[in-house]
Amino acid sequence: MGGAAGLPHMKGITFLVRFENVSLSYDGEHATLRDVNFAIEQHSFQFLTGPSGAGKTSLLRLMLMALKPTSGQISVFGRRVETLSKPQLTAARRRIGVVFQDFRLLDHLTVYDNVALPLRVLGQPESKYGPEVIELLQWVGLGDRMRVLPAVLSGGEKQRTAIARALIGRPELLLADEPTGNVDPTLARRLLRLFAELHRSGTSVVIATHDLGLMEQFAGAKRLVLADGRLHVFEPHS
Amino acid sequence: MLHIKTLLSRKSLFPKVASLDVGQGRLIEKRRVALVQRDSISGRALVTVVAIMTFLATLSAGAAFLVAQASDGWQHQVSQEMTIQVRPAEGRSLDKDAAAAAALARATRGIASVRIVSKAESERLLQPWLGSGLNFDALPIPRMIIVKLGNGAPPDLQALNAALAKAVPNAALDDHRLWLQRLDTMAGTMETGAVLVFMLVLVATALAVGFATRGAMAGNRDIIDVLHFVGASDGYIAREFQGHFLRLGATGAASGALLAVLIYAAAGLFEHFAMATAGGDQLRALFGSFSIGSRGYGVIAMIALGIALLTAFMSRSVVIRHLRGLY
Ligand SMILES: Nc1ncnc2c1ncn2[C@@H]1O[C@H](COP(=O)(O)OP(=O)(O)OP(=O)(O)O)[C@@H](O)[C@H]1O
Ligand SMILES: [Mg+2]
Repeated sequence: MGGAAGLPHMKGITFLVRFENVSLSYDGEHATLRDVNFAIEQHSFQFLTGPSGAGKTSLLRLMLMALKPTSGQISVFGRRVETLSKPQLTAARRRIGVVFQDFRLLDHLTVYDNVALPLRVLGQPESKYGPEVIELLQWVGLGDRMRVLPAVLSGGEKQRTAIARALIGRPELLLADEPTGNVDPTLARRLLRLFAELHRSGTSVVIATHDLGLMEQFAGAKRLVLADGRLHVFEPHS
Repeated sequence: MLHIKTLLSRKSLFPKVASLDVGQGRLIEKRRVALVQRDSISGRALVTVVAIMTFLATLSAGAAFLVAQASDGWQHQVSQEMTIQVRPAEGRSLDKDAAAAAALARATRGIASVRIVSKAESERLLQPWLGSGLNFDALPIPRMIIVKLGNGAPPDLQALNAALAKAVPNAALDDHRLWLQRLDTMAGTMETGAVLVFMLVLVATALAVGFATRGAMAGNRDIIDVLHFVGASDGYIAREFQGHFLRLGATGAASGALLAVLIYAAAGLFEHFAMATAGGDQLRALFGSFSIGSRGYGVIAMIALGIALLTAFMSRSVVIRHLRGLY
């Protein structure tokens, strides 16, 4: 992708996403997020954590431009979200890969077609994206499952399908909501290594999780902790 | 295991494609799978609703068409012809009276032709009903004069009537106008009624198809969401659904219209075979022809097309409205 071009710099750091005094309330009464300030830097790796119901998914939805904040400013790729036109929002979304907590696979499409979706909606011909999809599926260990429907997949296989779909478009930012929630510790570690490698190849990664063990394996990662609606940022002790 | 770095660097991908096995090659070349679920219960229900409503709409359109056609026929026949009856009278020559009445009619402006039905012709017409053994000369058989009206302004029938009363008192102008007027009113009422029924069916069709489309779309909201978040543009999503629902609507509308066409064709065929019989004649006289003609089939095709387009349009508007709420 275009690298740092057009992205905001601040003291030499480039931000992909920036929250300024962001608050969110679903019902107008209870605040899910209060006055949240943080930034996702380019080539960064961070965990988003906190108790269940703390607002991790909500925060990711705000970053994905799936939700409008009740107040405050959100900038994505250097542009204020509320100033973006529909096509610009679509273009921004294409630079973000997302793994939903509940996968959101399309039940009537095969694993292969689900993973191909982000490229297909760009209007690419299958002859172009087909080989990439197959290669990625083999890489996540689903080479022999690509013709089946999601209904017959195990939880872990669904998760890997969802991850592959998030990666196929070579996103600059990967948002993964509880991506190891359904898998055994061994597979969880493997998936984590996948994300780490993705990070090393230049993608910024945000992983929402409450798996402490997982986070301890990547002690170098930044931790964004949500508690009582407020975000606390812990830099790695390097 | 491949390294993600090599995987994500585009250049490395293509040499590996050559090594893909045959099965995977086939996977790539297979037909494009629809993003919108092809065969779903709600989709099938929608096709059924569309088919039934198209059938009813085309049937009522055809009925309106037939009524209009038939009443046109009546009006035309009735308004084009009148008869003058000259009854035999004591001490008068029937032939002379008939000739005098015909002359008066001929002299009237707006009358195109006048024809005296000859005695022989009358006898031939009446004979089957009166028996051949009768002496027709002894019977008081009136002489008929058939008067055909021109296409221009209607003749002054009142004046003709008055002239006839003076010159040939035993002649009576059988003026159909009163009957015609009643018939005209009736035909008009029937036509209006048929058109009204058709309009109601059309409105019901639009509503039923609209609701059925929304129902079928309800299960597709997840698909819209996912397409949205993987970066599909609103236009792309709308097109996918619109295309899919146009196919559903066209399938249903075509089946409904086909059924209606078959029924009209069967009625036309029945009429064709029944024409030789007296019953067929009566039927024909009453309803005109059952064949709705190319214009009728054109109308059926238009209705079917309109309903299919409506289905597509409704799905599109559901998609657009849903996407508008998404940001
Ligand atoms: N669409 C919604 N409408 C109303 N309230 C919502 C909605 N989504 C989430 N919430 C509420 O906002 C709060 C935060 O939810 P969220 O899903 O962001 O938490 P989370 O940290 O992701 O939890 P978990 O770890 O269980 O996934 C919860 O109290 C939840 O009930
Ligand atoms: Mg969550």
